[in-house]
This record gives sequence, C-alpha cells and structure tokens, in this order.
Amino acid sequence: MATNPRPQQQLAVWNDPQAVPYVHIERVTKRFGDFVAVNSVSLKIYKKELFCLLGGSGCGKTTLLRMLAGFEEPTSGKLFIDGVDMTGIPPYERPVNMMFQSYALFPHMTVEQNVAFGLKQDGLPKDEIATRVDDMLKLVRLQQFGKRKPHQLSGGQRQRVALARSLVKRPKLLLLDEPLGALDKKLREHTQFELVNLQEQLGVTFVVVTHDQEEAMTLSSRIGVMNQGEIIQVGTPKDIYEYPSSKFVAEFIGNVNMFEGRLIEDEPDHVRIDSPELGGTIYVDHGVSSAPEAVVSAAIRPEKINISVERPNQTDNVVQGTVKEIAYMGDMSVYLVQLASNKMVRITQPNTYRHAEGSITWDQTVYLSWHPSSPVVLSE
Amino acid sequence: MSARAEAPRRHRHSAGVQLILDFLNRLPPYRWTQSRLVRWGITGRTAVTAVPYLWLLLFFLVPFIIVLKIAFSEARIGMPPYAPLLTWIDGSVAQVNLQLKNFANMFQDSLYAKAYLNSIKVAAVSTLFCLLIGYPMAYAIARAESKWRHILLMLVILPFWTSFLLRVYAWIGILKNNGLINNFLMWTGLIDEPIVMLQTDFAIYVGIVYSYLPFMILPLYSNLEKMDLTLLEAAADLGARPFKTFMTITLPLSLPGIVAGSMLVFIPAVGEFVIPELLGPSDSLMIGKVLWQVFFTKRDWPAASAVAIALLLLLVIPIVLLQRAQAAEARGAHR
Repeated sequence: MATNPRPQQQLAVWNDPQAVPYVHIERVTKRFGDFVAVNSVSLKIYKKELFCLLGGSGCGKTTLLRMLAGFEEPTSGKLFIDGVDMTGIPPYERPVNMMFQSYALFPHMTVEQNVAFGLKQDGLPKDEIATRVDDMLKLVRLQQFGKRKPHQLSGGQRQRVALARSLVKRPKLLLLDEPLGALDKKLREHTQFELVNLQEQLGVTFVVVTHDQEEAMTLSSRIGVMNQGEIIQVGTPKDIYEYPSSKFVAEFIGNVNMFEGRLIEDEPDHVRIDSPELGGTIYVDHGVSSAPEAVVSAAIRPEKINISVERPNQTDNVVQGTVKEIAYMGDMSVYLVQLASNKMVRITQPNTYRHAEGSITWDQTVYLSWHPSSPVVLSE
Repeated sequence: MSARAEAPRRHRHSAGVQLILDFLNRLPPYRWTQSRLVRWGITGRTAVTAVPYLWLLLFFLVPFIIVLKIAFSEARIGMPPYAPLLTWIDGSVAQVNLQLKNFANMFQDSLYAKAYLNSIKVAAVSTLFCLLIGYPMAYAIARAESKWRHILLMLVILPFWTSFLLRVYAWIGILKNNGLINNFLMWTGLIDEPIVMLQTDFAIYVGIVYSYLPFMILPLYSNLEKMDLTLLEAAADLGARPFKTFMTITLPLSLPGIVAGSMLVFIPAVGEFVIPELLGPSDSLMIGKVLWQVFFTKRDWPAASAVAIALLLLLVIPIVLLQRAQAAEARGAHR
C-alpha cells in the first residue's frame, strides 16, 4: 500500500498511546445467516468524541451501532463501553441511549411524556422528572410544544424531541442513526451545527451513523469509513479528505481525478509517475513506500487543479486539454476538460470575483496544472 | 378551447384501456349515453359507490323496516300472524293501528330483563376470555417469522371451513359425561365419576369462546402486525424492561385492535342462540333463546319483533364504539 507522509499532527486523544478508549470494539463480527454484515471490526472511540461511521447502504454501519445499543449481539468479538464487557447485557441495562433514524417517538404520548419516559424507568421522583424534562425541552427549544402529540409536530421538531428524549437520561454515550436523514437540506445544515454545539456543551460521546459524507465532514472529530462490513480508514475529516488510504475512500469522499500510471522515479523525497492516461508525468514532492515500477494511481482533487489559458511557468505537472463542459454553480464553476487520451478531468475553481470564468469558454484549449504536493499516490 | 387544455382532466389509463376508450368515444350511442348520464349527475364514480349502498338498502334497511312494522302490530291468529298497521275503512279513510304493548310487555315481564342482563353477562365474560386467550395468540402470530405467519393465520381461519353447527355439535362429544374429556380423566384415574360439563353455563362459555375466538384474534393480529417495532427498541433503550415495554407501549397502541376484537365477539355473542340451545342447560335464560321461543313456540311475531328491535338498540351502543375505534385506528395509520 502506498502511504503518504503527512505534516505533524496536533496531539489529539486518539494519538495518545496512554489514552483509555471509552468505547472499545474488539474484532467484532456479525453474521446474518451467510451474510457477513460486520467483518472483524476493531475500533477505539474516546470520551467526548463525535465519531462518524460513514458508508453506503448495506456497509454494516447501522449493524455496528445496533450492537453498541444492544439490539444485536456480535457473532464473535467483544464490545467494551467504559471498560465493561457488554456481552449479554440487554439494551435496558446499558449506559447508552440511541436516537433512531425514524425517531421512534411513542405516538400515544405527548412530547413531555416521550421525554419523561426514560426517567420514569429509573424511578426518579416526580418533581425531578418534571424539571429535567423542562430543562431538556428548553435546550431543544420546544417548551411550548410539551403537550402536543408527535403527529402534530413538523419533521424538524420531531427530530429535536427524539434528541431530547435520548439526552434526558444524561448518557455518557449517545448513538445517532442518520440523525438528520429525514430533514430537508437547509434544516439539515442548521441542525448539524446545533448538534455539534450540544455535544460540546454536554460533553457526551456521540457515535453517528451516516451515509452523507458532507454531514460526516461537518460533524465529526473522526470518521470511520466503512465498506462491505469492514472499516477501511479511520481519521479526522481532513485526514480522510487529504490523505485517503485507498481509491475507495478517495472516490467516496468528495470528487477526485484518478490517473493511473507507473512509478518511474522512486526517491525518498520525490516520485515521478508516468501516466499514459494523462499524457505526461506527475511529479510528487514526497516519497511513497511502494514497489518500484508498480502500477499506482495518482488522485488529485478537482479544486487542487488550476486551469489557465496561458501555459503556466512550470515544467512538471502541466497538461493540455479542451474544455467540454462548464457548470456555473454561483460560488464556484466546474469545468470538464478532455485530455488527448479522451480522459475527462474535473476541475473546480472558486469565483473569487465576478466574471472569473469569463475568459474560458467551450472547446477552448487550456492548461491544467497543480502543485507537486497535491497528488495522493494510491496503490489499491 | 383546444384539445390540449382539456387533457389534464383525463385519467391516465394503460395503452390497451385507452385504445378501447378511444374507440368507444367514436361511437355516437356511447357518447350520447355518457353525456346524458353525466348531465343527471351519474358518473362512473357515483355508479361504483352506489352498489354497496343499494346492497345495504335492500338487505339491511328494508328487512329492518319490516321487522319494525311487525313490532308495532297486533298479534292475531291467521296468516300472517299479525294485524296490518294500515287499514282502509270504506276505501277512503285510513286507520292506523299502532301497538306499543309489545314493547310495554317487555318491561312488565321480568323474564325479558333477566334474559337481556344474562345475555350481556355471558357475552361480556366470553369476550374477556376471548381477549385473554386471543391476545397472546395474536401477539405470537404477529411476531412469528413471516414464513410461519401465514400458516398460523390459516390455522386460525381453518375452522370456518366446516359448518358452525357441526363444530358446536362436536363440543357435545367432547363435553358429555362419556365424552372425550371425561373418558380421558377417568382412564388416567384422576376422577372416579364423570364431571358434568354439558348442559351447564360452563359449556356455554366454552362454546362461545371457541366459536368467536378468531374474531378476536384477527383484528388484534392486524393491529399488532403493523406496529412499529423500533418503538419497542426505543423503550428498551430508555431502560424499560420487556414487561414494562409491553404495558406502556404495546398494550396502549393495540387498544383499537382490542376494542375492535371485543366488539366483534360481544355483539354476536349477546344474541347467540345455537350455542346455549345445544350446549347449555335447558333453563338457560338468554335473549336469543327467548326470541326463538316467542317466535316459534308462541308464534307471537309482533312480540318477537319487539324483542329483536330492543336487542338491536341495545347493540347500537357498542357498534358506535366500534366505529369510533376503527376511525381512530384509521387516523393512526395515516400518521
């Protein structure tokens, strides 16, 4: 596997070998008949993290979450929460609460009764339940809606009731299954930030399942990318975006241009890749650990490619092409440029001033160039 | 107006149906008939909804009015055994002979009140047992694996494939003194003398609970089957043990099913005649039996009709409750 060295990371809890994980998933496998939903997953999640499990549908992320909640038992492997082995502990005895994708609000109870339900199970005194429900409804700004039934609420309000109900017991660990999935785009963006604020304010550890990479990028302290029951890569949003460890991750998170080629120079401080697809060589200003002459892919993000009419003043990392499509998106423009090999390259350029795209039109010959630090070399 | 502007009013049909409609629309007789009908306010939609209304009118409302008419008539010997309500004197003056004594008689003779009360008691107790037996069964079927569900449901419905009367007769063979149960208990040596079960109130309860159990199970099943199981997970997640989850979530949410099932058992059980006649003691006082005796033994059609009308009014209350429950369930389903 090609690994790309990266700048010195700030010291985060997950880089501290002394840190004790709050949630420890140890080689957990879950089979449903012949189908392997989760395949030998190991993961450490630390206190006060907002950890996102990201993946397409059927990748096993929800099954993993349900095992943490106690609705499914692992076929093999162990789950520890706060150092306690969770094997055989039913959901109602776990120090965990979950917010369901469908919200699962009790339709025959009012908002207040829904939020109070968990506290009643603990046998708390009535006045304490009342104050805590009140505080919680205040926190999610639903004080006036306490007497309503769930079906009398909007989607966003129901989402906040579900959140309040799962937080009112002050769990140390909150599991959220696609918490924003049912909301429309504007509300979703707004709620994302609310969720992060709430998490920081309460100091609860969040494990969020989502298929939305943008949501994962905005919310998380770290992301675990899952595919076919396995964790492919774990890292901060920046890690995952800038240093994907595989083609799958590079393509799953954001857009990317892949150029296949052969390593023709492999030095500790730089490599050169000959890519017939590109019709030139790619110079990368860092070494990679890979077999010489290996077939690799260079991944370059669309926003890291510069487009110009004049040939830029650099010898490496320049290629000529023809503009085939221009999509004006307001804040930026997307160009699709065809290379001599017929390969299409996607480039995004911010419209930093009005008519920024003005000089480039359809079928024009342009030069594409990028900084030697931009390509990520991937071998799988 | 152009043809294009009219287009949205048309319904979408499959290509084949559209072809036939286009063909029909070219025939003047079809177009003439259709335009006439529409002018009188008869469209396809009203024609379709008219069928069930017509059915109810013909087979429920008309017989009810006939019974109502007889209930207000005076009994007489002859055929038919009641006097007409309306008689013509000299072919010009109409004389109405409206009798209330059939109803008044029911209040004077305590037999009727006792029969009504006993019927309601028997029906209520039977309904309760149907619920106690039927709920766990419906719950088990609703939570069974889907490949088993249809088989289990089939087993619930299966008894309907034989005659109701035959099944009640079969219970005689099971309950009688030298029947299946007593023979078995004597063979095991648990008892020396047969337990008298046939022709007791116990046998009536057994018969009614057995016969009407499917009517309890089916609505309960359909309610429990569509329940959102994530609600139970949510309750468990919030710390409720399985029994608590059942009491606070499953039971309240299945209330419409409980009401529907109870009404479907209670209403026919009140007027039940065959089961107390065949399995019960000969002096069992149930309104169904009283009605039979008044009608066939005393041949007093007006009195029997009055008993039937009173029974109907007595049952209208639970029927209204049933409809309310169903409406509530329908609202719940739309959420």
